[in-house]
Amino acid sequence: MKMSVRNLNFYYGSVQALKNINLEILANRVTALIGPSGCGKTTFLRCLNRMNDVVEGIRVEGQILLDGESIYAPEVDPVQIRRRVGMVFQKSNPFPKTIFENVAYGLRINGSCSKKEIADRVEKSLKDAALWNEVADRLHDSAMEVSGGQQQRLCIARALAVEPEVILMDEPASALDPIATQKIEELIQELKKKYTIVIVTHNMQQAARVSDYTAFFYLGELIEVDRTEKMFTKPGIKRTEDYVTGRFG
Amino acid sequence: MKKRWTERLGFLMLYLAGILVLFFLGVILFDIFIKGVGILSWKFLSQPPRMGMTEGGIFPAIMGTFMVSIITVIFAVPLGMFAAIYLNEYAQPGKITRLIRLAIRNLSGVPSIVYGLFGVVVFVQMFRFGTSVLSAGLTLGLLTLPWTITACEEALKTVPKSYREGALALGATKWHAIRTNVLPYAIPGMMTGVILGLSRAAGETAPILFTGAAFFLPHLPKSLFDQFMALPYHLYILATQHHAIEKVRPIAYGTALVLLALILLLNLSAIWVRYRYRQKMRG
Repeated sequence: MKMSVRNLNFYYGSVQALKNINLEILANRVTALIGPSGCGKTTFLRCLNRMNDVVEGIRVEGQILLDGESIYAPEVDPVQIRRRVGMVFQKSNPFPKTIFENVAYGLRINGSCSKKEIADRVEKSLKDAALWNEVADRLHDSAMEVSGGQQQRLCIARALAVEPEVILMDEPASALDPIATQKIEELIQELKKKYTIVIVTHNMQQAARVSDYTAFFYLGELIEVDRTEKMFTKPGIKRTEDYVTGRFG
Repeated sequence: MKKRWTERLGFLMLYLAGILVLFFLGVILFDIFIKGVGILSWKFLSQPPRMGMTEGGIFPAIMGTFMVSIITVIFAVPLGMFAAIYLNEYAQPGKITRLIRLAIRNLSGVPSIVYGLFGVVVFVQMFRFGTSVLSAGLTLGLLTLPWTITACEEALKTVPKSYREGALALGATKWHAIRTNVLPYAIPGMMTGVILGLSRAAGETAPILFTGAAFFLPHLPKSLFDQFMALPYHLYILATQHHAIEKVRPIAYGTALVLLALILLLNLSAIWVRYRYRQKMRG
């Protein structure tokens, strides 16, 4: 078990966005978060690496454990958490730098890597993100010039470069065409050998294809979580069944 | 049919208003150009005034304006930039932030002569900088500060939130994210605003009137604590205070033309910076 969420409540001001969430996230498995828009799955995802901290007027109750230690404990530095729990955003957000500098960005933050180490790690990350072959000869071109699918894999490579333990993905393929989406999905299968992955997705087929566990969120509550094949074949709760079979949502 | 006519009439009025603005600008520029261009020469630009300012050039005034502008930039840019970073990136919405914003808005509405008086009291007398390049530069710096802050904040706002979040998600601290992944993309926009603010400050007379501008100096200021000549003030003197106004009128027009050219140059450089920046962001 990599992460463990206990009695999590989350508030934007006076609005409660997450209600008493309990969830275990297993190491080297892909956990998919599904549910209709506004159900709180992205909010939940952003709790896992404390990205919500930058939003004003939020309040978090309950516990989230990473390797058994609370990430919301007062002495914990959110910056350290984010190094261990990386994130890929819905809309690919390459920085307007070269491809190389994008991947190196996280490595340069601490400034402890030598030039050689950085170059090696950039290459390895791009290979792990299955992008190396496509960009090897233009590492020093602007990252803004590559295709949308490549940009998203670049963002994954950038997240991999700092060697996180968990990778959070917020609808990573929602803006991509089917072929680019397929590449991302294959990549996720590859990455789970080394990383723990939590993915938010709108696409039910995608959840079924890529994940080992699926959690269904509805109106800020975690309705049901189980092995993915069970969730999609015989879910325990009627509402889950209605959603995964497309009867609402 | 009636409706269409009123619309046409309305459109015509708007069109005429636009043309009228252009017309006045054209007349002013044309008038100054025609009357000032005759006196322009290398001598006019490179020599000090002679014979009670009835002959010679305006070199000390050009240099004076230049020096004061440098002080203005050195003072206003870091202060305005840091204030903008604070307001846009760090300030929590609340009473104090609202108060700061209110202060900035009000400062931009204060008449420039009031800045001049403030400069006398604070820089000239309290800090004992005397009437000097430094006092005048700081006073003009204060005058441009509201513009600088606003321009810098607007520039920061154009940098997408995703750059900040992307950096934070990689384990950057907030300041690191701002320094390495926000500021570099905001600086060209900031420069545009700063240059425009400066071009306004360079043409001001009132703030430097009591804080350092000299009626006449045959030499350049030797230190920050010396008085100086400045283009707008020189123009003011030649146009209203000189004992032989008719005689120096060509010099006054020449001075006006040089001042206008300087400001036009500054504005053009602002446009150029913005153009380059847009090219870069697209690529």
